[in-house]
Amino acid sequence: MESAISLKHVTKTFGPVVANKDVSLDIYKGEILSLLGENGSGKTTLLNMIAGIYYPDAGEVLVNGKPVEIRSPKDAFNLGIGMIHQHFKLVDVFTATENIALGLDSKEKFDLKAVRKKAQEICDKYHFEMDFNQKVYSMSVSQKQTLEIIKVLYRGVDILILDEPTAVLTPQETEKLFAVIRNMKADGKSVVIITHKLHEVLEISDRVSILRKGEYIGSVDTKDADESILTEMMVGKKVELNIDRPEPKDTIKRLEVKNLSVVSAEGVEVLHDVNFDAFGGEILGIAGVSGNGQKELLEAIAGLQPVVQGGSVKYYNSDDGKGDAMEVIGKNPRIIRRAGIHMSFVPEDRLGMGLVGSMGMTGNMMLKDYETGKWFLTDRKRPKNLAEQIKDELAVVTPSINTPVSRLSGGNVQKVLVGREIAAAPMVLMTAYAVRGLDINTSYTIYDLLNQQKKKGVAVIYVGEDLDVLLALSDRILVLCGGRVNGIVDARKTNKEEVGLLMTKLRKEGEKSE
Amino acid sequence: MSSLIAWIIRAIPFGTIIMYGAMGETVTEKSGNLNLGVPGIMYLGGFAGFASAFFYENNVANPNAFVCILLTLVSGIIASMLGGLIFSFLTITLRANQNVTGLALTTFGMGVANFFGVFILNGSAYSAAPFANSVYIRKIPVLSNLGAVGQTVFGYGFLAYVAIVLAILLHIFLNKTRVGLNLRAVGENPATADAAGINVTMYKYLPTCIGAGVSGIGGLYYVLDYNSGIWATTGQIEALGWLALALVIFTTWRPLNAIWGAYLFGVLYWLYQFLPSLLGFTVASYVTDLIQMVPYLVTIVVLIVTSLRKKKENQPPANLGLAYFREER
Amino acid sequence: MSKPVKEPFLRIVKRDSASVPRKILVRLLAIVFALVLDALFIYFVTGLNPLSVYVVMFQGTFGTATRFSWAVRDLVTLLCIGIALAPAFKMKFWNIGAEGQVLMGALVTALIMVYMGRKVPSAVLFPLMIVSSVAVGAIWGLIPAYFKAKWKTNETLFTLMMNYIATSFVACAVNIMRGQASSLGKLNMGNKIGWFPKFLGQRYNINILVVVILTFAMFFYLKYTKHGYEITVVGESENTARYAGINVSKVIIRTMAISGAICGLCGLLIVCGRDQTISVNTAGGKGFTAIIVAWLAKFNTFTMALIAFLLIFLEKGAGEIASAYGLNDFASSIITGIILFCILGSEFFINFKMIFRTKAKKEGGNE
Repeated sequence: MESAISLKHVTKTFGPVVANKDVSLDIYKGEILSLLGENGSGKTTLLNMIAGIYYPDAGEVLVNGKPVEIRSPKDAFNLGIGMIHQHFKLVDVFTATENIALGLDSKEKFDLKAVRKKAQEICDKYHFEMDFNQKVYSMSVSQKQTLEIIKVLYRGVDILILDEPTAVLTPQETEKLFAVIRNMKADGKSVVIITHKLHEVLEISDRVSILRKGEYIGSVDTKDADESILTEMMVGKKVELNIDRPEPKDTIKRLEVKNLSVVSAEGVEVLHDVNFDAFGGEILGIAGVSGNGQKELLEAIAGLQPVVQGGSVKYYNSDDGKGDAMEVIGKNPRIIRRAGIHMSFVPEDRLGMGLVGSMGMTGNMMLKDYETGKWFLTDRKRPKNLAEQIKDELAVVTPSINTPVSRLSGGNVQKVLVGREIAAAPMVLMTAYAVRGLDINTSYTIYDLLNQQKKKGVAVIYVGEDLDVLLALSDRILVLCGGRVNGIVDARKTNKEEVGLLMTKLRKEGEKSE
Repeated sequence: MSSLIAWIIRAIPFGTIIMYGAMGETVTEKSGNLNLGVPGIMYLGGFAGFASAFFYENNVANPNAFVCILLTLVSGIIASMLGGLIFSFLTITLRANQNVTGLALTTFGMGVANFFGVFILNGSAYSAAPFANSVYIRKIPVLSNLGAVGQTVFGYGFLAYVAIVLAILLHIFLNKTRVGLNLRAVGENPATADAAGINVTMYKYLPTCIGAGVSGIGGLYYVLDYNSGIWATTGQIEALGWLALALVIFTTWRPLNAIWGAYLFGVLYWLYQFLPSLLGFTVASYVTDLIQMVPYLVTIVVLIVTSLRKKKENQPPANLGLAYFREER
Repeated sequence: MSKPVKEPFLRIVKRDSASVPRKILVRLLAIVFALVLDALFIYFVTGLNPLSVYVVMFQGTFGTATRFSWAVRDLVTLLCIGIALAPAFKMKFWNIGAEGQVLMGALVTALIMVYMGRKVPSAVLFPLMIVSSVAVGAIWGLIPAYFKAKWKTNETLFTLMMNYIATSFVACAVNIMRGQASSLGKLNMGNKIGWFPKFLGQRYNINILVVVILTFAMFFYLKYTKHGYEITVVGESENTARYAGINVSKVIIRTMAISGAICGLCGLLIVCGRDQTISVNTAGGKGFTAIIVAWLAKFNTFTMALIAFLLIFLEKGAGEIASAYGLNDFASSIITGIILFCILGSEFFINFKMIFRTKAKKEGGNE
């Protein structure tokens, strides 16, 4: 097989973080290659170097056997390389046509009509639908992705890189995308897909290359691969997900969510009539394709998201699960705390919401109770002690408890955040993607912490993306699909297929599971 | 009627000054750079233009009008572009904070203009370049004598008309050309522009420097035309520079709006003098001081209204004021 | 390297975090570099020996005790506005409107001084002036803050416009107060009502005292109080603030009220302690310079004092050069501008590092 692109001993660092270490990788002509790896394994960084966004610290890149220097995306285009980034690179206030015309070679006459005509031909060929006068800000996610694909096809690329293209797509849209990719392959183009979803890898690709912690592990032909082989390569040793799951005991109702609906700022209903209970002493897993209302659900419960009139979240303080229920909706986080509602929340965006990046551990410990200090002053001593304690107990690696937390590695940042939330002695603990981007060891530390909380009688709500973990850790799993509760299943009795189906296919009204 | 004509005759040249300032700043801001150094740049342009005119007509026996215009324009534009270059180097290459750098540039530009200006003044309160002034205020022959219409429409120096043409050209450039499209993309979303193969650094440098050059013409026009070719050490240009910044907001970053917006500002600015006489009563001078705030008040209202309406197309360029670094994670 | 294509001559990568000595060294080098540039400028314009010019410059601040005390007087005015701006900027609220806030504070002080001075005793007059100037300054800061908090109206441009509205008010009031006279002159010249009493020989020593107290107070406020904590969180990330249950709008409005209030107080200090008069130039551009002071000092009030001192030293020095060599005062704007450019540009060498072509691949891009 002839190589379209060869990477040789490529290394890239960001400050102290080594994103790619001595990676050598080939992309063959006319193949669909999956680049597989866990979050944080350096997949995106690696391909960003081919696309001209990053420049490698060491190593070389060969295109069609010749060494090249890709210093900018323009260089990449000239070499026939196009990338569709996970966060779309589109200008919001421009129309589709304007976005396509952006940065095109200036030798031709500037003629938006001609651009549109040529783009329409691409649409016809690949069966896309696109309103070329529509502004990007009014497009749906899948429309934006279609536009991105048209953009690179328009430039006539030979090598197309797609970064997590299916993360935000529905199953139908994913199928459509795969059909397009196969079409491109038939046209003789090379396609690289960055993903961490095994079933997609097996479905679409000819070959799989695996990265782990920034290093190249190896490649296998898809026909010789199965999920267990790939998993092993991806995470190292063969993982028996050996997550402890104690039997829930003395479960009592802690949280009762009723008729919860949320409408986003753009006027889209992102949560529709959600109902469920969470019990102390159990872990309630929440599954769903990302962007199906998980974030809004937790934020609504935490008092960060306005909800549609009529929704209610009741918190039961007493130990018999009856009597004095407190309404959470309508209160902001501070009022919730002051009302004596012991609820902790580990948000998805750790440094952008859960922590203050420029502050050290000490400063971050105060985030939720700085107002308890005397008079108008903050109490420095208690947070300092707490920071020391968390640093010791969770083995947080940091030069000092006053080092800005933004300088810590992802795992240590999460330890600081989870440590603080648990130290608040919650009765309800919500976590969103608590192990995203963490290595296996830290992930297990987090699972253990959650199980400890469960044994203490805390109601734990765990929003996750890895179904295997959800199935092994949770007691019950609530599946969200399109902002609706598409089923609540017993994690001990269900299987991946059932949950997977619930995630992607909305049940008809009236059907019941459980 | 005559005072209405007088009002318009004052308002349009005034508007022309800030129209140049605002058009230059619009180009700059479209590339995502918020240059608060406009007053300083207008000082540089005004002074360099004046100084070159002053030396030219004092050293040449028979000054030539065309040479005078060429010389003053070129020196004024180059001086202000150098101001823009300082700003560009600091904010684009060295990624210094734009607001602070802009303010420092205002201090610097004002200092340079007045420092060297004092040498030319050489002890007197003001000095003049009468020949250059006569060239700049030369009206359109015949047409400008056609009564009221002639006076109000054709009675200005050539730069007033160039401003209008420039606004139209700028509109076409920004909205109908490839470079304009790329430029707007850089100001909205430099990462996207970069990924599309646009040289973001160049697309920030050039508009910022060229924008500064255009703003500088405003200063030049002020000195050689509006202010009768007189240079004096006053803070007038600074106030005009801030007003030009206000006008950019008022136009919601559209050069065509700058034409009528600038004249409206001119009308509002001279409101204090002409409205009372037009209505046939006199007001105390302290009231005229108060009326001077009207353009700024109007700008604030526009600012509030656009933020209330949240119409995407009327917002400032999305990346305005932020530095771009490709390898940002 | 013998490759057909070259890697970039120079690449720029983010520096993880610079050490404290490096930060200090970079800034010192920036100042030295600026002084060299200034020396070149002086040399080419005047043909004088830059070193002897710098000696003269030094005299501007340290020549006599009086000059020194004037320098301190002007320093505290600049510092006071810087202190006022610190909380707003720490919150990432671009308050470009200090100029206007100072003017408004000065205006009400002057009005009360002139129109109520003889009607009420000093014991009432001073508290009245203080309360009013603080209140008016606070209101002037509050207006843009309110719109920012409610509708995210761009505060940079809003506060800038507010300056000119304040200027208009002051021009109007001065016009009324001066009546037929060509200029306003000192207020209450005859009876000195409303002037600060002499304290250790000078009226403006009270200003110095107040600003010293404010320097400590603001440092303490930002670092040790709940408000200061909230300001830091809001400035860092509004989402985090909401997560912590901080009312972001309230913090924005409150902080800008405080920022404006101190500016208003500064207006009072200028009128009562320094100028005893008012004009549209009362703030004299210090509202803009103070932004640079606050920004460069990263909102540490003591560092701000140092930077303010540097700027005043340059201003006084340039004034001294001007009178000694027959130049003019605007030299100070140029010299200051050059220094500011250098310090602003030097931040780059703290936040980024450069990797040159040959070095990069062999040594892996060490410094």
